Amino acid sequence: MPQLIINKELCRGCTICTRSCGSDALHMRGRLAEVNDNCILCGICVKSCPFGAITIEKEEKINTEMDAYKNLWVFVEINQNRIAEVSLELLGIGRKLADEKGCHLVAVVLDENALLFAEDLISYGADKLIVCNDKGIGIYAEESCAHILDDLVEKEKPEIFLFGATGVGRSLAPRVAAQAKTGLTADCTVLEIDGDTGLLRQTRPAFGGNIMATIVCLAKRPQMSTVRAGVMAKMEYDRTRSGTIQKVSYQNQLPEAKRIILETSFAPKTNSITDAEFLVVVGRGIGAKKNMKLVHTFAEKIGAQVAVSRPLVDMGYAEYPKQVGQTGCTVAPKLLISLGVSGAIQHLAGITRAEKIIAVNADDTAPIFGISHYKVVGDCVAFLKEYTKD
Amino acid sequence: MKTIVCMKQVPSSNEVRLHPVTKTIIRDGKASVINPFDASALEQAVQIREKLGGSITALSMGILETAELLRDGISRGCDEAVLLSDCAFAGADTLATSYTLSLGVDKIGDFDLILCGKMAVDGDTAQIGPELAQTLGIPYATDVIEILEVDETKITVKRGIDGGTQVITLPYPALITVVKEIQKPRLPSIQSIGDSLQKEITIYTAPELGADETRTGLNGSPTEVVQTFIPENKVDCVELTGSIAEICKSIATIRQEVK
Ligand SMILES: Cc1cc2nc3c(=O)[nH]c(=O)nc-3n(C[C@H](O)[C@H](O)[C@H](O)COP(=O)(O)OP(=O)(O)OC[C@H]3O[C@@H](n4cnc5c(N)ncnc54)[C@H](O)[C@@H]3O)c2cc1C
Ligand SMILES: Nc1ncnc2c1ncn2[C@@H]1O[C@H](COP(=O)(O)O)[C@@H](O)[C@H]1O
Repeated sequence: MPQLIINKELCRGCTICTRSCGSDALHMRGRLAEVNDNCILCGICVKSCPFGAITIEKEEKINTEMDAYKNLWVFVEINQNRIAEVSLELLGIGRKLADEKGCHLVAVVLDENALLFAEDLISYGADKLIVCNDKGIGIYAEESCAHILDDLVEKEKPEIFLFGATGVGRSLAPRVAAQAKTGLTADCTVLEIDGDTGLLRQTRPAFGGNIMATIVCLAKRPQMSTVRAGVMAKMEYDRTRSGTIQKVSYQNQLPEAKRIILETSFAPKTNSITDAEFLVVVGRGIGAKKNMKLVHTFAEKIGAQVAVSRPLVDMGYAEYPKQVGQTGCTVAPKLLISLGVSGAIQHLAGITRAEKIIAVNADDTAPIFGISHYKVVGDCVAFLKEYTKD
Repeated sequence: MKTIVCMKQVPSSNEVRLHPVTKTIIRDGKASVINPFDASALEQAVQIREKLGGSITALSMGILETAELLRDGISRGCDEAVLLSDCAFAGADTLATSYTLSLGVDKIGDFDLILCGKMAVDGDTAQIGPELAQTLGIPYATDVIEILEVDETKITVKRGIDGGTQVITLPYPALITVVKEIQKPRLPSIQSIGDSLQKEITIYTAPELGADETRTGLNGSPTEVVQTFIPENKVDCVELTGSIAEICKSIATIRQEVK
């Protein structure tokens, strides 16, 4: 069984590891750290030890069948008769990764009208399309999509399979990963190919803190990730590109769907913060809920929309669609004014594409200033009162 | 009607910092709570039981200490609690976790409905629900915002989808993952807290579950963290100074410059 090993020669008794542990599994015995049964092998202490005294011992996983897996796949969502923006972005990063690996970039499109989108998908980077345009197929025939993807993964063996972290992607990708018994990394913010091993390096904020972790999927295939909309850049549309289309049909071959969809309705598109050119982002530093009034007045005055950090959604100051960050929206305004936001990594993941950032924070050392073009050290409420005075 | 609610223990705060000198990771405060989404799921299950009768079992994979949180779950309305705890489960990613939970579900047996939180706030992966449903081979719906109808054979739910909502009926056995807002968790009464202290929490180890130890814990986890780091930010930053009025003016100017 894998276990945590503390090297007695290297341990200096500094107690940092005991404080890094989130499961109360490390304690000092005299001048040496000692691990107990609470250990969940999360590995955080391994990274915390300045002396390299902690390691996790485990069996090497080797899987010789892995070589059969080739090419990089992107699951393309056709939603309300359009290619989802995130799918084009995945083709953008997918193109880059496929070139580095020297493999094909394959777009998987399961939609009645899939062929209408073929030219666009190739122009945005795909070398090949796998298309199922059986009657009734589409992203909301989720169970059918899942069965088709299971079958395609088993037969065609993709090495890497990327999904958008959309509602559909977050429902379908784990389902497909569980069937393939492989790993899935959610909400990646960086995807790269390791020069030595050719493995997909998947980076995301982790351990619930201000730390990024790079994750690989060693002994199982495909290597799977989800990525939020707005994180990756799509390619320039290139009409001169060419590609092939492989059509597959599953008519009458799929198990009958168990779920019965009674109704699917789409809300009229409201002003989404993702498209905003000017954005005010508010954090916990705003204080009382009543101050949100000031925020809205200010935003109106400068012609901006209002977005928030996660705690404000938790506290009921705003609805979830207004949350920016790793697990909310990624925004890319021309100007972003950040008020009372500390700048946690999960938050920054959503705003780094803003062209200009002005941040107001009472704390001179707040991490938000690290990515801001202009900083104001001070009380954001006082600032709002002044700005909205007349 | 037999319901299972999957509950995860998460750290009460996500404050993880860097040691100022050694630049290594420190986490202060180790208090744990039930993942808030799971507390809402439990409340939803209690309301279903109030309507249809039956029983609710809380299920968790975690360290032994998690038993205390499950006891809290009992005081908030579940009839039984099952904890899957073994060194062999340590280091599990979502694939290994869902496999292990599926064994727990099999052990509890004969259920109609499983409720999970939409996500656990410590990692926000939102993967366990669909992975567990697949491992069990049952239909599921993610992101459920409202239960519209529920009876002894099926459940009809409204779920969030990209840009809208969907109404779906699932025949049992089925699994749903719920948003936090679906119900507001009730506070346990003094009486129910007292009663919960008398209750046994059932604990199963890997051998008791008949677990294939190549599929649990670190062994059964295909994903692996190979590096952790703090990203460096290197934007040239200009400080705006002066009186508040002057700062407002500067900001107004910057606003004007951006067309
Ligand atoms: C898995 C996971 C996913 C997450 N996803 C997201 C996400 O998508 N988006 C997100 O935002 N967060 C997310 N978080 C939470 C994130 O880690 C931070 O906790 C959060 O961003 C902090 O929000 P905040 O900056 O508003 O609050 P705080 O960190 O409390 O910061 C408040 C700031 O306001 C300043 N301040 C206080 N008073 C004033 C004043 N009067 N005037 C000016 N400044 C003042 C303080 O100096 C401080 O810097 C996630 C966390 C986890 C674990
Ligand atoms: N260790 C666990 N024990 C029980 N339930 C869990 C566990 N991990 C995750 N879950 C359930 O799965 C949901 C989603 O978690 P996650 O996929 O980790 O975001 C949670 O809200 C729980 O209902």
